[in-house]
Amino acid sequence: MAEAAAQPAPLSAAQRAAAARELSWRRALALSARLLGRDWRAGELRVLAVGLIVAVASLTTVAFFADRVKQALSAEANQLLGADLMLISDRPIAPSFAERARELGLATVDLVRFPSMTVAGESTVLTEIKAVGPGYPLKGRIAIRTEAQAEPVRPQGIPEPGTVWVDDRLLGRLSVAIGDALRVGERRFRIAAEVVEDPETSVGFLNLGPRLTLNLADLPSTGLIAVGSRVSYRLGVAGAPGAVAAFRAQAQRGIGPGQRVEDVRDARPEIRSALERAERFLGLSALLSVMLAAVAVALAARRYLRRHLDGVAIMRCLGASQGLILRLHVAQFVVLGVLASALGCVLGVAGQSVLAALLMPLVGVALPLPGWMPVLQGFTAGFVLLLGFALPPIVALRRVPTLRVLRRDLGLPDSAGWAGYAVGVAALGGLLLWEAQDARTGWYVLGGAVGTMAALALVTLALLRLATWSGRRAPFAWRFGLANLRRRRFSTVTQVVALGVGIMALVLLTLVRSDLLANWRQSLPADAPNRFLVNIQPDQVEPLRAFFAEHGFAAPQMFPMVRGRLVAINGRPVSSLDYSEDRAKRLIDREFNLSWAARPQVDNVIVAGRWWTPAQPDAPKFSVDDGSFSVEDGIAQTLGIRMHDRLTYEIAGRRLEGTVSSLRKVEWDSFRVNFFVVTPPGMLQGYPVSYVTSFHLPVERGALMDRLVQGFPNVLVIDVASVLAQVQRIMDQLAKAVEFVFLFGLLAGLVVLFAAISATHDERVFDAAILRTVGATGRQMLSAQAAEFLAIGALAGLLASIGATLLGYVLATRVLNVPYALDPWVWLAGLAGGTGGVLLAGLAGTRRILRTPPMEIFRTL
Amino acid sequence: MRARGLTKQVDTGRNRLTILQDVSLEIAPSEAVAILGASGSGKTTLLGLLAGLDTPTAGDVILDGVDLAWLDEDGRAALRRKLVGFVFQSFQLLPALTALENVMLPLELDGAPDARESATALLARVGLAERLDHYPRQLSGGEQQRVAIARAFAGTPRLLFADEPTGNLDSATGDEVIHLMFDLNREQRTTLLLVTHDERLAARCGRRLRLAAGRMVDG
Repeated sequence: MAEAAAQPAPLSAAQRAAAARELSWRRALALSARLLGRDWRAGELRVLAVGLIVAVASLTTVAFFADRVKQALSAEANQLLGADLMLISDRPIAPSFAERARELGLATVDLVRFPSMTVAGESTVLTEIKAVGPGYPLKGRIAIRTEAQAEPVRPQGIPEPGTVWVDDRLLGRLSVAIGDALRVGERRFRIAAEVVEDPETSVGFLNLGPRLTLNLADLPSTGLIAVGSRVSYRLGVAGAPGAVAAFRAQAQRGIGPGQRVEDVRDARPEIRSALERAERFLGLSALLSVMLAAVAVALAARRYLRRHLDGVAIMRCLGASQGLILRLHVAQFVVLGVLASALGCVLGVAGQSVLAALLMPLVGVALPLPGWMPVLQGFTAGFVLLLGFALPPIVALRRVPTLRVLRRDLGLPDSAGWAGYAVGVAALGGLLLWEAQDARTGWYVLGGAVGTMAALALVTLALLRLATWSGRRAPFAWRFGLANLRRRRFSTVTQVVALGVGIMALVLLTLVRSDLLANWRQSLPADAPNRFLVNIQPDQVEPLRAFFAEHGFAAPQMFPMVRGRLVAINGRPVSSLDYSEDRAKRLIDREFNLSWAARPQVDNVIVAGRWWTPAQPDAPKFSVDDGSFSVEDGIAQTLGIRMHDRLTYEIAGRRLEGTVSSLRKVEWDSFRVNFFVVTPPGMLQGYPVSYVTSFHLPVERGALMDRLVQGFPNVLVIDVASVLAQVQRIMDQLAKAVEFVFLFGLLAGLVVLFAAISATHDERVFDAAILRTVGATGRQMLSAQAAEFLAIGALAGLLASIGATLLGYVLATRVLNVPYALDPWVWLAGLAGGTGGVLLAGLAGTRRILRTPPMEIFRTL
Repeated sequence: MRARGLTKQVDTGRNRLTILQDVSLEIAPSEAVAILGASGSGKTTLLGLLAGLDTPTAGDVILDGVDLAWLDEDGRAALRRKLVGFVFQSFQLLPALTALENVMLPLELDGAPDARESATALLARVGLAERLDHYPRQLSGGEQQRVAIARAFAGTPRLLFADEPTGNLDSATGDEVIHLMFDLNREQRTTLLLVTHDERLAARCGRRLRLAAGRMVDG
């Protein structure tokens, strides 16, 4: 008795000695690497590892690719402008700008760019005309091939007066060679050289047509610069960075509406924004894979925990401290995380090269090698997933009661339940927000995912309760199966949620995706207008109608067009500085196309206000005292224009005022002529007007256009067939890339399904052994199992179909702007596929158990 | 090893159930002691308390001069690592590890540099030299228990706890296993505490204690 009181001192010394002999971190790491190897060999970690690898691989594939494109853009941008800075204007630039630049010691060059038809013999081709002044280009390389010189050389100066340089596309389209003649507007030129390399074509994204370079001095003689022409006047400057910056600052103060200053950073916004959009889309697909992988990782980590309870109890029994258990497992998972993330990154490098190959025609530039940033992203994602979902179970493992070695029923530490997943979901949420680039998208994805999962869980719980109530009189197998589902309520809910998410992803990625793409394509009918005629002068309207009649065409509707700039809303002057959105800035800086019409076009829908009616039923006259505007809904939203606002337009130096009397929705991709702003007839009388029209030209009547251009040389024929085809091609390429990234989603979905099925495998094995022991026949056991899987599969399939339909609807209406038709196949595939697939996969997994004697099962448990 | 006034009660919701009531015992070094009793007599509970796998409601256990009550979970684990080996009725081998790796585990946990060699030698000693790389599920019950015995002796424990070591084995295999265990016990001069309801097995121990309804009835 006295001994007990005297013991504390030697005891704590023993304790200290024991603690000192605990394994160091280094040795624990070595041991856990070995344990990891053993677990891997025993197949304990495969689902976990595959889930991680898929997540990291899909993220890095997209990240690597995005990184390369970004690098390519900034590297190429230097060459794009042909100058350090470009002043761009929709009217001739005042000479004072060039004078100021020269005072600052900068070199300058004048350029004029516009689209026009070029003609040689019977052929006419829409061409990008570039008229250049002496000194072009100030920056970047130009290389030409001449009659005398077959090898590309750097030219001395610019095209001689009376000659032009063209690119190989124009040579091919016009079937001409160097030395031949061609006509631009009213002037004939000799082709002096072929341009092999041009700074402004180095990024080939959406390059509309062939190019032609002529001497600026020859421009007036072509007679092409007239009212309504889409002409871009440019002043390029180059020189010392300080002087360029000074010029930029002064120019920006001096410019007016319709003028802007661009440097390399602003260059090619259409490429940047298109690729950024593609990147965002690809990023979202990658996030989908990550989310699915997270579900797989969560399931696998939970299963891992359950299977390691005994091992941990034995290790405690063998004298491992709680700290050591934690260290061993954390180290084990860190090693796993490093290996899986590394492998995922390697796959990501391979994946991005496939992506780059798929999108290369779109990007049109050689991509530099990817940087290291995506590796960091990949590893972060891998570890966030692994530690978010696996750490709570590991921490719980530490608390496994040692007494479990004697009493196996001492079970699972309870924090492995919902609370454990909360940490994982929070981690995943952080990851999504970080990866999603803009917070709103991230929240959408996260909210959608968490909402879907919560809905799945709640419905499952409710149905389980319902099944209890209704299943009391069911046959044995059904009753037993349902009872099992209830008994393992947590597992069942987890399983249905995981299966539901997996099936939903699969249905979405296969059926809904192709539906959406098909709808998108159907929005362009076969007889959609494929030619636009622009710049038709008023006195050409009647002759043109006659021309169409002569060649057996129904004359297309001619729309009047007046170009004007929005200068004030409700009397308050507007400037691009008032807007933060790029599109709004451009809309303010640019001239609008205004038109007039008595009736709205067929594809326009009035969404607010009313269309005007004639003052007298039989008279085509409209009251114009108080002018009216009908404004397209999208532009109204972008510019903050509301019903009854008073708009002021400046047209050819005069002001026009009116009130917004209606807002319209327009189907822009119908390829019909449409206008942002329409007025009643008469309101635009007296302003400079040109006409525009669109029609469908069958392929075999192509020669008609050449005759049209010869008869009406100033009329611009825009062949939207090629634009249409180009849009189609871009869509296809993007779709291919997205589909490729979706493959990871499919893979992740399958991993989830596998993880979900195997999540309850051990419990099923045990149940089966007990059933066998008490004398159940194989048939009874199979039926009970089948009932379980049938219920789970049908429930998951049904919920997944609902989810996929809702998500498809949101994608169709919010993202792609196509009508969404309910596809019964989605429901059938979700329900039948879910039920059948889960049933087959589940039974395949448990069939082996039926053939195994129960004792063998008990022995391995 | 000394135990004094060990009592274990558990709450079963409405009332308290006494599993073990005021049990005292003392075991000298190198002694072999059997604890006998019917199912539910509290044998396994007593073993758990003596090995520090569980904590008593009242009373103390002193192992190698250390009062377990003064130690926390980790302190008891460290003491077990130093002193104690276990053999269980249900073997408790890790299914993901081979026979060799199961035996290596306590050595590795202790940071022993020659874990593989020692474990190989021990497995040879228990007659499983040919089955080193087999997984538990590929071994018979007797073989699994021999692996467990090799693991128990791997850390050269001063004290061996055995819980119904033959409970899952037929009598011939059980005899072999018991033989082996007592041989090793003698070789390593280990103190043995055996829990069983098998009188034949108990007869091999120097001393027998008997439990009934949680109380020591003679010994």
